[in-house]
Amino acid sequence: MIAAPIEWVIALRFMREGRMQSALIITGVTVGVAVIVFLTTLIDTLQASLIDRVLGSQAHIVVRPPEEVARRVPAAAGSGVTARVEPRAQRLRSIDQWENLYPQFSGASGVTAASPLVSGPGFAARGSASKSVVLMGIDPDRYRRIVKLDTDIVAGAYRVGGTDALIGIELAADLGIGVGDKLRVTTAEGGEDVLTVAGIFDVGSRDLNRRWVFVTLRVAQTLLDLPGGVTSIDLVVERIFDAQGIAERLQAQTGLKVESWMQTNAQLLAALRNQTISNSLIRTFVVMIVALGISSVLVVSVVQKQKEIGILRAMGASRQRIMVVFLLQGATFGLAGSLAGAGLGTVLLHVFSTIYRNADGTPIFSPEVSPRVMAVACVTAIVVGLVAAAVPARRAASLDPATAIRHG
Amino acid sequence: MAETVLRLHGVRKSYNIGTPVEVEVLHGIDLTLERGEFVALIGPSGSGKSTMLNLVGLLERPTAGRVEITGQDATALDEDAVTRLRGRSIGFVFQFHHLVPAFTAAENVAMPLMLERGHSDAAIRARALELLDRVGLAAHAHKVPGQLSGGQQQRVAIARALSFDPPLLLADEPTGNLDTVSADEAFALMREFNRRAGITFLLVTHDPRLAQRCDRIIELLDGSVLRDAPSGTALEAR
Ligand SMILES: Nc1ncnc2c1ncn2[C@@H]1O[C@H](COP(=O)(O)OP(=O)(O)OP(=O)(O)O)[C@@H](O)[C@H]1O
Ligand SMILES: [Mg+2]
Repeated sequence: MIAAPIEWVIALRFMREGRMQSALIITGVTVGVAVIVFLTTLIDTLQASLIDRVLGSQAHIVVRPPEEVARRVPAAAGSGVTARVEPRAQRLRSIDQWENLYPQFSGASGVTAASPLVSGPGFAARGSASKSVVLMGIDPDRYRRIVKLDTDIVAGAYRVGGTDALIGIELAADLGIGVGDKLRVTTAEGGEDVLTVAGIFDVGSRDLNRRWVFVTLRVAQTLLDLPGGVTSIDLVVERIFDAQGIAERLQAQTGLKVESWMQTNAQLLAALRNQTISNSLIRTFVVMIVALGISSVLVVSVVQKQKEIGILRAMGASRQRIMVVFLLQGATFGLAGSLAGAGLGTVLLHVFSTIYRNADGTPIFSPEVSPRVMAVACVTAIVVGLVAAAVPARRAASLDPATAIRHG
Repeated sequence: MAETVLRLHGVRKSYNIGTPVEVEVLHGIDLTLERGEFVALIGPSGSGKSTMLNLVGLLERPTAGRVEITGQDATALDEDAVTRLRGRSIGFVFQFHHLVPAFTAAENVAMPLMLERGHSDAAIRARALELLDRVGLAAHAHKVPGQLSGGQQQRVAIARALSFDPPLLLADEPTGNLDTVSADEAFALMREFNRRAGITFLLVTHDPRLAQRCDRIIELLDGSVLRDAPSGTALEAR
């Protein structure tokens, strides 16, 4: 005999007595919770790593000069088309008064880093080979906090200064040059300069590795004929999904064109959202199945235990006590199943992360289950267990002790 | 002056009220049991003995009339108060010894006390063992009902019914499922508790031999009291 509350003692004895049923339903809950933990973690980490990869070579928010007003081309009379909107070809322009505006961006709430950028098209040539590139004029210390270029250096060093430049591994291969070699850069604006390759980077995108050439702000300003100007200001925010809101706010405040990564990657986000919705659907169905399973096991148990319930009532157990006994069973099935399920889900994640890997052998996702997912799974399972037990528990409580006892 | 343990006032009981198969099973029963009485309730099958016991035991409510337990009108109480009164004042022994299979003999005996207190404690455990000892089953305290004989189970049920020292003990064919030896043992046990502790017994039996060994015999027929007399006279008058 135990000093625990009598409801607990009775609930545990009943579950032990029906150990086959108990084991089966706990297994059911375990599998359900494992599926939820597994899917949620898988999708969350895959989405996070996808977003990570996207944002690895992109600022969260980019501030540009306001777009020049598009002009309307009047349609030919009677053609049925009223007007055609034709965007103006955008000339390379600097942000007006950027140095005065800069503190407004770098100091905006939610923004953790800012970096001015001068970028524009150019040609990189070495001997007879010539490639079209994007010149990126940066302040290396500030830019490093936007794109972690310093960790992507595969040869040489993260050094931009004087005529030192950084190029991608694809461009280095295309031009057949390495660290310490010279390359000549020209622009449509008539600029021309000879740079020294200080480092070679790999940002994980062939296209960017082929096109980006990092130089100092000053070199880019000269080459692109934008003395003292910058073409954009890159920002990084604290919480990536706040980016859109911050961008809208800054745009309204400054009148500049402020675009968040969420706008530029709208399609990706829509796809991720759909994935999240289908995961929620799956979760909902699993929760429903688990609830029905617990309910049906307890309904059967109430029927089987009619006589015992009648005896307990005759011995002085109130309706409420009987109800609690069955609610506790539901909650216990939920809790036991969710603990085991969280464990099983973790094991599954580890197994999958070792089986499925990227082409380069690195794991596609990390099999860490966040404590939040664990806690949510456990609390949900207990609540579902209680809710599922409500109907059988009320039935048990309303059993008539006289009837139960009459039919020995 | 004797103390009244049970009083029934014009107790009626109908089933399936308001339906075409409505039936009145008890037609106005008046009855008084004093402290220390040992009473047999007899009558043919279907005469209403179990129904009457369920009403006295507050497991069912009468359709009309009053049920007073130790002077308290149970028909005026709400469900929870009835449950408490039942737990404290009335012990039950049933034909099918109705122990809870998931609990040991000692735990079954302790059940009414644990339900009252909300949990078990040392005093309750001691009380359960003492009661088991009094019915001669101290050695079987940790067996579950499935490991006990029918007679042993019935003795556990008697011990359980006595856990509160209730003033009134109801037994519905307590020996009905037992062989003669076990039946006599169980009967003797109840008689002993009656004599020693002054507990009032109302027991339903089909066994005329046992009925004769009670002090008073109440005979039901078709839901009415046919005869109520001290033993010895009841059968002769037949
Ligand atoms: N829940 C019920 N619904 C309808 N009728 C009932 C119900 N319970 C008992 N009865 C009827 O009431 C009558 C008395 O039943 P009761 O069980 O009290 O008889 P009894 O004297 O104990 O019989 P036995 O000796 O066979 O146990 C019977 O006719 C029975 O069919
Ligand atoms: Mg009967």
